Amino acid sequence: MELTPDLRDCFTVPGKLALPYTYFAGRIGSRFLLALQEEHRILGVRCAGCATVLVPPRATCDRCQADLADTWVEVGPAGRVENFTVVRYADRHVPEPVPLVLALIRLDGADTPLVHRLGGMDPEAVRVGLRVTAVFAAEPRDTLLCIDHFRPLAPQPSAAGPRPQGG
Amino acid sequence: MARRVGICAVAQTTWERDKWSQRFQGMALEVLEDLLARTGLTFSEDGGIGMSISVSDDIFDARTISDNAMTDVLGAHMGCEEKVAQEGLQALYYGLAAIRSGHVDVVLVLGHCKESQPASRNQVTHMAFDPFYTRPVGLDFTAAAGLQAQAYAARAGVGDRHLAQVVVRARQLATRNLKITGLPVVTAAEVLASPLLADPLRELHAYPVSDGAVGLILAAEERAREITDRPVWIAGVGNCMDSFFLGDRDLASNFPLRQAAARAYRRAGIDHPQNAFDVVELSDQYAYQQPMWMEGLGLVPAGGGGAWIDAGGPEAARVNLSGGMLAGNPLILGGLVRAAEAALQLRGEAGDHQVPGARRALAHGVMGPAGQFHTVAVLERD
Ligand SMILES: [Zn+2]
Repeated sequence: MELTPDLRDCFTVPGKLALPYTYFAGRIGSRFLLALQEEHRILGVRCAGCATVLVPPRATCDRCQADLADTWVEVGPAGRVENFTVVRYADRHVPEPVPLVLALIRLDGADTPLVHRLGGMDPEAVRVGLRVTAVFAAEPRDTLLCIDHFRPLAPQPSAAGPRPQGG
Repeated sequence: MARRVGICAVAQTTWERDKWSQRFQGMALEVLEDLLARTGLTFSEDGGIGMSISVSDDIFDARTISDNAMTDVLGAHMGCEEKVAQEGLQALYYGLAAIRSGHVDVVLVLGHCKESQPASRNQVTHMAFDPFYTRPVGLDFTAAAGLQAQAYAARAGVGDRHLAQVVVRARQLATRNLKITGLPVVTAAEVLASPLLADPLRELHAYPVSDGAVGLILAAEERAREITDRPVWIAGVGNCMDSFFLGDRDLASNFPLRQAAARAYRRAGIDHPQNAFDVVELSDQYAYQQPMWMEGLGLVPAGGGGAWIDAGGPEAARVNLSGGMLAGNPLILGGLVRAAEAALQLRGEAGDHQVPGARRALAHGVMGPAGQFHTVAVLERD
């Protein structure tokens, strides 16, 4: 079936999907985010079944199905870069500025690394194994961005750090 | 014993960067009419298509309940219509289950997507992340793939040069696939010089944005033999989903793909997958995934991806002779197009990229960030 339709005077119409929304942070998530926001403390949960400290925390261990409520442990704020990529494209959802280093950071005392942005150093100088620490946002926020970014513990070849984001 | 299920016909549109002058219903109708013409089937309750399964994505379609706009095309008025909002190989699996369970004898599977519609594919995949922990830091599937490629490449000895080879080959093969249009061949130097997206991923390592639709007719064995003289049997399917948080996973381990493959091989009675397939169609959304998924499928030794490319493995193992996803299929249709291409090979209808006498093929699909969810299907002919 070969169609060669006449497309004179045909056009496309611009549209947009944008829907303001609210999400329940959960009982475990609320506690985690409040501790970040108000106390600058990073909390994980420890599964008695598999002895794993999970960050971000959650209500149930996905390996053992154990109930993880009230198994809080404090982790970080320092940790180790386990893996990273350098995001070099700008887009609505990508925090400025780019290049943006997104790293899997295993906080001291945690078993599962957390993805966060790494600043305060030249993106080309980031290496696996780098020791980093959390830099908390000056103003209150309601997501993981209570930690604005991570920075190297020891001075590194410098570059502009990430600009703080709007809450 | 459960009934065998056969793929009786395959149809697809061309895959293009921007089918601006076609709505998704139009693309799907083109495929449906092709399938009906090939099989002589109707939607009659007396021996016709008993169930229609569509594959689409609400955000790519920019409307909720995206199958709602498809009822007419699917022949679903007063009938059985289902939607798979997942990578399309799940629809084949679903149709297989519907027939084997005895609910229906003939199933239509029809997937569509216009990736050109959203301004940014990364903005769409960003929405797959949770709003508290992973969206705020800017994750999308490209960034997640960058993290996985970084973890995998060193472990498997896969460098920039290997990835360039994979892309050059895919673009070359795409020129032999009549359903791929408007995709230029590239040189290794062009790939090596293309801008980095998320280290070590480059622009030319990523599957091109594309629009199109693909469909299959599935039928129980006795009906399949009436519909076609060359049915392609679904010998085994397996899938597996890994954890949600990237930090909970070993990104270079291929854990979910190894599980999915083991399930598919067991169901197909395959003990030694290394030499079991005449054709392999896998979903390589990014160049590093071609060697990585081959390792996960057990077709290349673990950690041997770089050496495999050096030794001409992709050609020898007849991997993605269609061009693969690197030649351009939408994210949610990758595995379904792979199954369609594998079925064409087994039916002897693969045109310029036909493998003579192909008897058994593997089709693979993947969805989620950094290969979270894999599906493997083993297809055979008589
Ligand atoms: Zn546990």
